[in-house]
Amino acid sequence: MRITFSLVFGLVVLLWAGGASAQEAALQKGKQVYDYWCATCHGEGPGKPGTTALAAKYKESGLPGLLEARTNLTPQSVRFFIRNGASIMPFFRKTEVSDADVDAIAAYLTRPKPAAPPVAPQAVRP
Amino acid sequence: MAVLPPGVSQRDFSAAIAQFQSAVGKDWVFTSDPDVALYRDAYSPAWGQAEERLASAAVAPDSTEQVQQIVRTANIYKIPLFPISTGKNLGYGGSAPNLSGSVVVDLKRMNRILEVDDVRHYALVEPGVAYFDLYRHIQEKKLNVWIDTPDPGWGSVMGNALDHGVGYTTSQFRNHFDAHCGMEVVLANGEVMRTGLGAVPGSKTWQDYKYGFGPTVDGLFAQGNYGIVTKMGIWLMPAPEAYTSGTVSVAKHDDLIRLVEMVNYLENLGISNGMPGFGFALGAGGGRGGPGVQPDAQLAALLGREGGPDIAELERYAAANNRAFWTCRLQFYGPKTVVAAQWEYAKSRLAAIPGSRATDGPSYDFPLTPEQLARVQQVAFGVPNMSIFSIGARTERNPTPSSGHVWFSPIIPRTGEGILESQKVLWQAGRDAGIPFNRFAMPATYYSRAFIYIIGIPITRNVETDRKNRDGFRQLIKVAAEHGWVEYRTAPLYQDNVMDTYSFNNHALRRFCETMKEAVDPNGIMAPGRSGIWSKRHPRARA
Ligand SMILES: Cc1cc2nc3c(=O)[nH]c(=O)nc-3n(C[C@H](O)[C@H](O)[C@H](O)COP(=O)(O)OP(=O)(O)OC[C@H]3O[C@@H](n4cnc5c(N)ncnc54)[C@H](O)[C@@H]3O)c2cc1C
Repeated sequence: MRITFSLVFGLVVLLWAGGASAQEAALQKGKQVYDYWCATCHGEGPGKPGTTALAAKYKESGLPGLLEARTNLTPQSVRFFIRNGASIMPFFRKTEVSDADVDAIAAYLTRPKPAAPPVAPQAVRP
Repeated sequence: MAVLPPGVSQRDFSAAIAQFQSAVGKDWVFTSDPDVALYRDAYSPAWGQAEERLASAAVAPDSTEQVQQIVRTANIYKIPLFPISTGKNLGYGGSAPNLSGSVVVDLKRMNRILEVDDVRHYALVEPGVAYFDLYRHIQEKKLNVWIDTPDPGWGSVMGNALDHGVGYTTSQFRNHFDAHCGMEVVLANGEVMRTGLGAVPGSKTWQDYKYGFGPTVDGLFAQGNYGIVTKMGIWLMPAPEAYTSGTVSVAKHDDLIRLVEMVNYLENLGISNGMPGFGFALGAGGGRGGPGVQPDAQLAALLGREGGPDIAELERYAAANNRAFWTCRLQFYGPKTVVAAQWEYAKSRLAAIPGSRATDGPSYDFPLTPEQLARVQQVAFGVPNMSIFSIGARTERNPTPSSGHVWFSPIIPRTGEGILESQKVLWQAGRDAGIPFNRFAMPATYYSRAFIYIIGIPITRNVETDRKNRDGFRQLIKVAAEHGWVEYRTAPLYQDNVMDTYSFNNHALRRFCETMKEAVDPNGIMAPGRSGIWSKRHPRARA
């Protein structure tokens, strides 16, 4: 949630400052779809089994468990895992994540990584 | 094209697909192999084997009218359909049909939250609404209600309830089908029907009063194959003020009998309204009663004893080490002073068990702070999440993750005797079937009147292991049924086996369901084989 807020905030600032290019809009869309479909398992913090699993998988190689922190993902690999799944992660149907959504997630995850933006607190109920 | 519906020519199939396309638009009919493969059960116990159930195509409508058009076309060309809401029924069948060749009707696009009333405490939703969606909607609108969510937050309010799914808050809401109120259904002939008060034009109480007048038919559409549900009401919980919890532990094996008896009393009287969690206190995980302790060498040897642990030895170990044998965590939701008093009363009553001990657990005032929320079991507070998917996943301690699991989930009586007997019998049955599990597995208490074991049998995608596990699963179903314990829900692969166990009076229940099936669905187009209910057009394939 904190990541969601801060990155969206960052992107909004970007758009405001620099004018909305198609590429930025695509990234924003990618971030949105990623947050909805992926971050619930692959986000940061406790209770994120995707992040835990990848951290265990890449322990030796030192790659981060957090997908958003990876710098070696390709659009092809992102597409492969969304449509094929991996161990307990199932594949996703096109009514869930459309081909355009897959492209947006891939663009988001493979974007040049910006410096970490400030974290804004967010109220959570209950 | 990998598979066609049984008895349907390629020409008729193509004509049906064309009509589906004109009903929902070309983009929302899936026929290519890679697209249709996305409707496989990702946790199929028969992945890539002849037994695996596969769709022929999928069609994704966006409205009740489109669902009607699909059903009418299916009747013309005798195309079997299989509806899914969000299709996340992993462990119980995923999004794959019972009958290979069925066209999956994927309702994910129908994802509108039609109403949330935080005065009368209900919601009216379409099939594609996930728990995450309903939760976010309530948060954004700052409505004064909680949802009751199962472990996976991505499933649907509707699909979960229709497969008799369950959650974690108070007893009135954990049983999701029980908490539904009113449906809109597209029947097998394409007509739209509303149940309960929805059948009254201008009714103001569709989501408040379940029965309407005359027979209550809602149950036919849960685990059934008589129609496609397109709207459903669900009762919500008014946001409570506070929560408290505590754990009671008992010292002896047979103390479980009184412990369950007393907890039943507290629960059925509404004194403890949260989900109780019974645990085996000498186990590493502690069962569902809370965290256990990693066994030392002596305990590990006792638990691993050839032929099974000796109860007297375990009791001696527990006594010598000042350890309990069983625990039960109790949870209370409501006004702060009331939950505190309820826990005090529960403690005083449970103190009647000689040697029992009560420990206060966490208490919270709502809303939780983000820090509190990060620490708790979120589903117990109506907050959907995905943390349960750590089961079987890769971790540092589990370098070989599974490819999912199917749930073996028999219903047993809500007594200590019921637990003790079923633990022994099922443990032995698991060993005999080649799928060993914990000798002291504890049943879950989602349903407030019966216990249910939820035992995960891993999927390996190794042909031989999965075949052995399928045989083993069927054997477990049989042995359990011989003791009067039957599944509450199961994957399509095992639905005939489970329906076979509901055999009173020469399978009168199944025969009644199949008689109705012929009457309301003469072309047998609606989810043939769902729950072991077949039809003349699609008779059960007997091995
Ligand atoms: C790790 C793990 C933990 C789980 N924990 C829980 C849990 O705590 N509680 C729980 O209940 N389950 C649990 N499950 C099982 C399952 O994931 C959930 O029940 C999930 O909500 C079901 O998927 P769904 O909501 O997408 O339903 P769907 O897959 O959409 O539907 C389920 C079935 O209902 C029928 N159906 C669906 N929609 C319609 C319709 N509109 N009309 C007619 N029939 C329809 C179909 O037969 C369908 O196959 C768990 C699974 C896993 C893997």
